[in-house]
Amino acid sequence: MALLEVKDLGISFGGLQAVSEFNISIKKGQLYGLIGPNGAGKTTVFNMLTGVYTPDCGSIVLDGVPITGKKTTYINQAGIARTFQNIRLFNDQTVLDNVKIGLHNQIKYNTFTSIVRLPKYFKSEKQMKEKAMELLKVFDLDKEADLLASNLPYGKQRKLEIARALATNPKLLLLDEPAAGMNPNETAELMDTIRFVRDNFDMTILLIEHDMKLVSGICEELTVLNFGKVLCQGYTKEVLEDTEVIKAYIGD
Amino acid sequence: MKNFFTNMKKSTKNHLITYAGIIVAYAIMQILCGTGVASNLIKGLLVPICVYSIVAIGLNLCVGILGELSLGHAGFMCIGAFTGALATKLLYDYIPSKILMFLIALVIGTFFAALFGFLIGIPVLRLKGDYLAIVTLAFGQIIINIINVLYIGKDEAGLHFAFSNPNAINMNEETGVWLINGAKGITKIPSISNFTIGVILLIVSLFIVYHLVDSRTGRAIMAIRDNRIAAESVGINITKYKMLAFTISAAIAGAGGVLYSHNLSTLTATTNNFGYNMSIMILVYVVLGGMGSFRGSIIATVILYMLPELLRGLSDYRMLFYAIILIGLMLFNWSPKAIVWRQKVLSLLPFGKKGEKGKVE
Repeated sequence: MALLEVKDLGISFGGLQAVSEFNISIKKGQLYGLIGPNGAGKTTVFNMLTGVYTPDCGSIVLDGVPITGKKTTYINQAGIARTFQNIRLFNDQTVLDNVKIGLHNQIKYNTFTSIVRLPKYFKSEKQMKEKAMELLKVFDLDKEADLLASNLPYGKQRKLEIARALATNPKLLLLDEPAAGMNPNETAELMDTIRFVRDNFDMTILLIEHDMKLVSGICEELTVLNFGKVLCQGYTKEVLEDTEVIKAYIGD
Repeated sequence: MKNFFTNMKKSTKNHLITYAGIIVAYAIMQILCGTGVASNLIKGLLVPICVYSIVAIGLNLCVGILGELSLGHAGFMCIGAFTGALATKLLYDYIPSKILMFLIALVIGTFFAALFGFLIGIPVLRLKGDYLAIVTLAFGQIIINIINVLYIGKDEAGLHFAFSNPNAINMNEETGVWLINGAKGITKIPSISNFTIGVILLIVSLFIVYHLVDSRTGRAIMAIRDNRIAAESVGINITKYKMLAFTISAAIAGAGGVLYSHNLSTLTATTNNFGYNMSIMILVYVVLGGMGSFRGSIIATVILYMLPELLRGLSDYRMLFYAIILIGLMLFNWSPKAIVWRQKVLSLLPFGKKGEKGKVE
């Protein structure tokens, strides 16, 4: 059974049909790519999957649980975590605290415990710190743990965002243009990181990307969006050779 | 034992410095009062300074940590002051100990302030944008007007209430006592608060906010402030944590109000003590002390509250100097050059390390 099953998803803003008849089916452990020209509606699809927008029609089922039109917070707890096209970190907090915030629903204790400093506070905080440092180590960010997130270089901010998303213990990870603004070296490193995450965290990943090298390098299957509609769907190699797809990207 | 200090978390160290500063200041003031050096004017300022420091801490939790602007914290202070004083008026004869009486009044005043904070938060904190500022502004004004037309009396038959018309209260005129007499407010409140109680209350409030901020809950609240969408995307319940922070913030302001009312014999609700002006005044303390820095709020409150009184000798030029000092403080706190200079000075000190922006002090 597929981990994510999306059927006939559609949304319109005013008179503009941003996305319509969007279908996708992602199996567990897959690395799936969502591509398309600018303005095709890729990020809108992400926003519907994560509950930022409520779709007008269609259904989203994650691991057998319907999550259509639910709130972002609920959907995250149900198992979808994401990163953003324009990085959204908690800039005024340290790198470590950013990941700790990601662990919010993984290690819990209540407000009273924290005000009175019951033993549970110290135990949970210690546990949280260990787990967060473990994650940071994976992304080679452990030396920067005490820096403010806003002081990290761009490439590391992207990594931190992925680390924070993973901290929420998701089943499906959505990456919105992870390679945007990166140089070829950083992109190559990112490809390794994404593969590593998939293999070591047992993760299913859906990503939006413009960098064709990255897409052809790591994605197993692709969906191409154009003007809010699915243009083509299938194995990466076949899709990238499709004449319709080439036409959409380059023109006639 | 020597490693105790070096191994301590930086935030914990910062908290201890603040507590120590307050206790030292308290000791100095007690010595000055005991030896008779401090004038009556100064003595009269001590409890109000505690009151406004506490309210400023509460407001800082709302403005600096939660990132929502409230223009009505004096209104919560007002709720705390009136409910607390009312409790004391009702129960004073039955409770043997003054401290116990104050504690009961404190619990009641804090509870009602928190309740009003909660009720206001339910509709308003679900919205994005500056609605909280507008609603709290209105709340502050409304609460004063309501208290000014509220009449509560007590006689052997029990409590009597009247709204806007004192003649309608139906109370036994000979044996009845006014508890709240409209615009005349609450009179003859037993004076059961003093500087020591004020300082203890201040330290307890600090203890609560510091521990709140440096925890899972505090991180969630600050995450909402820094980036609401990202906070939602990692599964933080936005409304819950906004409500929690705002309610605690209102409760602390209410506790300040209880302290305030028990320092006076007559409590009235006017625009001067609980109105818009006072809310803005406390906001000035918070902003100039540094948003998110509780220690800064206290320092700013002490300086800015004492200034107008100490400058009384300058008579006509008093407010001019006050304004100049305000601008000076603002530059000292926020100008990039001043920040660099401050960090340089701090790094020269033995215990201070490079100042870190964005950390809660």
